[in-house]
Amino acid sequence: MPNIFRGFGAVLYKEALHIRRDAGTLFFSLTMPLLQMFLLGFGVDTNIRQINTVVYNADGRRESRELIDRLKNSDTFHILRYVENDHDLNDLIVAGKARVGIKIPVDYSDRLLHQMSAQVLVLIDGSDSSVAGQAINVTTAIGLDESLRRVLKDGSSFAVDMRPKLLFNPDSRSPNFFLPGLTAIMLLNVTTFLTAFSIVREKERGTLEQLFVTPVRPFGLLLGKLLPYLGIGFFELCLILFFMRFVFRVPIHGSILLLAILSLPYLFAALSLGILISSKANSQAEAMQLAFLPILPSVFFSGYIFPRETMPAIFYPISYLIPATYFINITRGIILRGAGIAHLWTDSLALFIIGAVLLIIAARRFQNKVIMA
Amino acid sequence: MAKLTKNPGEAAISAEHLVRRFGNFTAVNDISFRVEKGEIFGFLGPNGSGKTTVIKMLTGLLPLSGGSALVEGLDVGTDSESVRERIGYMSQNFSLYYDLTVAENLQFYGRIYSLEPARLKRRIDEIVQLNGLAPYLNRLAAQLSGGWRQRLALGCAMLHEPKLLFLDEPTAGIDPVARRQLWDFLFELSGHGITFFVTTHYMDEAERCSHVAYIYYGKLIADGTPNSLRELPDVQPPGTLRVEITTPEVTRALRFARQIPGVRSATIFGQSIHALIDDHCNLDDLRNQLLKNGIAVAEIRPLAPSLEDVFVELTYKHQALLEAAHA
Repeated sequence: MPNIFRGFGAVLYKEALHIRRDAGTLFFSLTMPLLQMFLLGFGVDTNIRQINTVVYNADGRRESRELIDRLKNSDTFHILRYVENDHDLNDLIVAGKARVGIKIPVDYSDRLLHQMSAQVLVLIDGSDSSVAGQAINVTTAIGLDESLRRVLKDGSSFAVDMRPKLLFNPDSRSPNFFLPGLTAIMLLNVTTFLTAFSIVREKERGTLEQLFVTPVRPFGLLLGKLLPYLGIGFFELCLILFFMRFVFRVPIHGSILLLAILSLPYLFAALSLGILISSKANSQAEAMQLAFLPILPSVFFSGYIFPRETMPAIFYPISYLIPATYFINITRGIILRGAGIAHLWTDSLALFIIGAVLLIIAARRFQNKVIMA
Repeated sequence: MAKLTKNPGEAAISAEHLVRRFGNFTAVNDISFRVEKGEIFGFLGPNGSGKTTVIKMLTGLLPLSGGSALVEGLDVGTDSESVRERIGYMSQNFSLYYDLTVAENLQFYGRIYSLEPARLKRRIDEIVQLNGLAPYLNRLAAQLSGGWRQRLALGCAMLHEPKLLFLDEPTAGIDPVARRQLWDFLFELSGHGITFFVTTHYMDEAERCSHVAYIYYGKLIADGTPNSLRELPDVQPPGTLRVEITTPEVTRALRFARQIPGVRSATIFGQSIHALIDDHCNLDDLRNQLLKNGIAVAEIRPLAPSLEDVFVELTYKHQALLEAAHA
């Protein structure tokens, strides 16, 4: 009976030898994600706090100083400097030293005392939209709050009282948001790179051509070559999860076993992408360039950093073609929201389909461009 | 075309009307040949002429667009996997894993061919003995010189005891000593009944083959023993003589030689000119003609055509035929 996995054991053993001989590459590909994890986990905080602010208080009396205290206490603003004229106020913003400039006019206290509307000028550097948005929200809220307090006096309560409650990430910790997404990106990179390299290296050296004229069967060859990298990808996942849980203290609400199982269709898609790249690339340098191609869309269109909902309509469909989109939903679902298979099976199915389509394209390309060329 | 006398029984390779098309391009155009068991078959042709395509067809990598081929008695179209079990293949870049040791390379290829552990061990011992690889067993393939890499690659291709070996430019880029040793080795193995299908660019290697074929842009234009090809009427037309003119001024001599009546063609070979002349021409007349033009001639002597002459003549003739067909 023909064994369709013929050569599997020999190829697997040889691949393990390659990996052991090239321990540097393995070490590098395992530690790179951890390094990124430390940078993102410790170095990046998306909660906007302590925006550099310059204040021109032309009034200077008690009411104006109270307003400044309220701004300070919001934790959103850090008063960098007090200035004495409009020019300096503007200048510090133009120079980039301050993002927000607040001017309290000379008649602020007078108007309040006379029950008239007092205006406060808030200049905001709009070049970073999230910082600007936060500054607008907080200053508006403080203004509204000040006004209400004066109208309502003490004792009476608000007519409508909104009580927001954050589910899943109550402290709005950035690592809780970033690290599950980073898991997806890192897993894709490492697996795709290693797979593409291991195949392209054989193309470069001519050993692939040699293997094609031996009785080794395509399935045996493919499986023997890919299983070690699937294993590395899986180990990488465990490593990332370990650091995420015990160093960055991201609570895992769902089943780790489910996460491990659902990582398989994702790794399958990443391996298939690696094979596709290797069917096109003829040198390791070329493979390196091609392997970078999927990274950018995976970072920007998958919802990893920027929410997919705010993407322009023409880009939105692209996000459905990116494996990371689905796996980020899976990791965040399981880790943060405690989601189960009932919530996530469509994502897994999508990953499986993407992987299968990529593999079929890659196999056809190999047949036509590599074996027959 | 000079055909070999066909041995009775099964050939190592018997190709009938092989055709391979890529879209509109015909890479291999109706080629038939037969390689007998134990032959060293030299397959020659310029780059891009279809040599590799033919090898890929015979090893079952490329489906045939037309014709049929039996390799070791098996149809490559329907039985390519069994064909691959019985053949060995060594590519010109000695397909070895440079980060594996000599022993690991041998073991890997042995396992690919599913050799039993006991047989694998015996075969590796034999190959190591035969190729003198013993001192290098634990050395990485990357650290071997070109000649040793080639021996290792040949060893890997022979582990499963194939009766037919395809060697694609086995001597490209290795030193002359290793080159000579390889050929001695091939003769020895061919004495044991192993058939070799060798492509090469070296004419001296072609001369050593027991059977050569020349492919030119998809067409087989020569097929026979080196000696039978030398006697082809196209190479040595009746009434002509091939001579070697030795002179210190080859370039100038060539210009005048081509104008002398009776000289059909002339080419420079190192310090001499090879010319095809009408055999009624007197060699002394030829010498006098050249002397008259102030060219010192050391010697003029008759010459048997080399294989290079053969291929050049056949290529010219083939091109002329093609042009006539187009006109």
